[in-house]
Amino acid sequence: MNLFLQLLVTGIVIGSIYALLALGFTLIYKATDVVNFAQGELLLVGAYICLHTTVTYRVPFFAAFALTLAFTFLMGFLIEKIFLRRMIGEPIIAIIMLTIGLSSVMRSLVIIVWGTDTRTFPEVFSQVPVVIFGLSISRVYLYSIFAVAIFLGLFSLFFKKSKIGVAMRAVACDQQAALSMGIDVKRIFALSWAIAAVVSAVGGIFLGNINGINTSLAHFGLKVFPVVILGGLDSIAGAIVGGLIIGILENLAGGYLDPLIGGGAKELFPFIIMVLVLMIKPYGLFGTVKVEKV
Amino acid sequence: MLKVNNIEVVYNDVILVIKGLSLHVPEGRIVALLGSNGAGKSTTLKAISGLLRPDNGEITDGDITFRGQRIDRKDAADIVKSGLFQVMEGRRVFKDLTVEENLIAGGYTQKSSATAANLERVYHYFPRLKERRRQVSGYMSGGEQQMLAIGRALMAGPKMVLLDEPSLGLSPLLVKEIFHIIRMLNEKEQTTILLVEQNANMALTASHYGYIMENGRVVLDGPSKQLKENDDVREFYLGMAGQKSFREVKHYRRRKRWLS
Repeated sequence: MNLFLQLLVTGIVIGSIYALLALGFTLIYKATDVVNFAQGELLLVGAYICLHTTVTYRVPFFAAFALTLAFTFLMGFLIEKIFLRRMIGEPIIAIIMLTIGLSSVMRSLVIIVWGTDTRTFPEVFSQVPVVIFGLSISRVYLYSIFAVAIFLGLFSLFFKKSKIGVAMRAVACDQQAALSMGIDVKRIFALSWAIAAVVSAVGGIFLGNINGINTSLAHFGLKVFPVVILGGLDSIAGAIVGGLIIGILENLAGGYLDPLIGGGAKELFPFIIMVLVLMIKPYGLFGTVKVEKV
Repeated sequence: MLKVNNIEVVYNDVILVIKGLSLHVPEGRIVALLGSNGAGKSTTLKAISGLLRPDNGEITDGDITFRGQRIDRKDAADIVKSGLFQVMEGRRVFKDLTVEENLIAGGYTQKSSATAANLERVYHYFPRLKERRRQVSGYMSGGEQQMLAIGRALMAGPKMVLLDEPSLGLSPLLVKEIFHIIRMLNEKEQTTILLVEQNANMALTASHYGYIMENGRVVLDGPSKQLKENDDVREFYLGMAGQKSFREVKHYRRRKRWLS
């Protein structure tokens, strides 16, 4: 039972980070119709920037955190402006290739600048675990869940209440109609990338605090696909629910199956789910079912 | 107020859709733009409101001025800011958004502080939208969606509205209601209106002046009352040819003489 709870908690932590990543992915997909294969690299860059500012410039962690968010916001904005703006109207495969190219470039730049060794954050959160109901949970997990919850809450408020948030959803719904009411669609596109980069960076920073940082963090970008397929490609709620489900299931699978099959279940499981979902419920839990007349 | 001067519109660099069209909409008036399918009515509206680019269209000749300023090279967003708002064909409500969110999106170009007052104004004209403000708009009936589309336009506080087939797919009773709303908009809000319609009868009744398009050109224009009496218009656009006797030995079908 204890093992189960332990796995569950880890699953929720990892799952909530998946949820953030998937939120970024869905946002870009919904608003701009771009399938972003560079989501994991956005996370990687965010994590390294935060690490660099804390370790090299000795900026206090929370200030570094804020700086990283500002930097990644700008980075996302520029990526859209410089690369993706020109691709509007090009075939979908060309755009996918572009994001794959971007992902390689970003990963290589990270290796050039910071190398491939695993690096760790200076101790930000106390190592002493918190004991809740006899279950000891490390503090960074709690902070991570807490921070992710705050971010997800802030974003849902942003999309519901602010004029720009509503405009972003309007663009996702019907681009030309949005254009007809004076909504600056290009700015919305750039903003989606900026926000996607910011949420990924948040995920990266917490993952870095949990496991340390190396380039393999970018693999989290691939896990975003099972998550969004399960949740439904174009649903923000789906991204969050899907993230938690995949996070929990993969940890349970890792905990219980790995001893039997000798490892790998954790990596395998999300993709098995993805294939099953695609076969049984191709629009995911919350995705819009497209009705096509034949 | 709006002057369209001899414009040409080309799609995909080759397809000439509008072939030298001119029209004039005086301030405070309702002007109807009529014509059969494919005449280029919607394209004309999109050319005015700067929405051609997503459809790969371009104005290649002529100019458009709105309140003394040239707008044919401006962005759609700037045109909305200058007070010209298009209600697109097929209502195009944001289906996933609630009624109120749709309205907020409509007021995107206005200051946030004005949103509450603008919402009240729209709800004053459309009490039914107020009842359904929290409802997801995709589930509303066609008539309600059309009201929402017009309400969205009101949120931007426009000087002039371009209405593209507001009666499309609505029952005769709702068509009447929509036209009632259009006239009210014109009278109470002093909004100038350019109305594109298939329902020529309603449009000519509601409007002050009318243009009739065929094949990307204006072929007839005049005060709506006169157009309604015109024999050609009655036959081709109003479907009232009068009682034709088929017992007569020979009868000639009227031809659209202006096409040849």
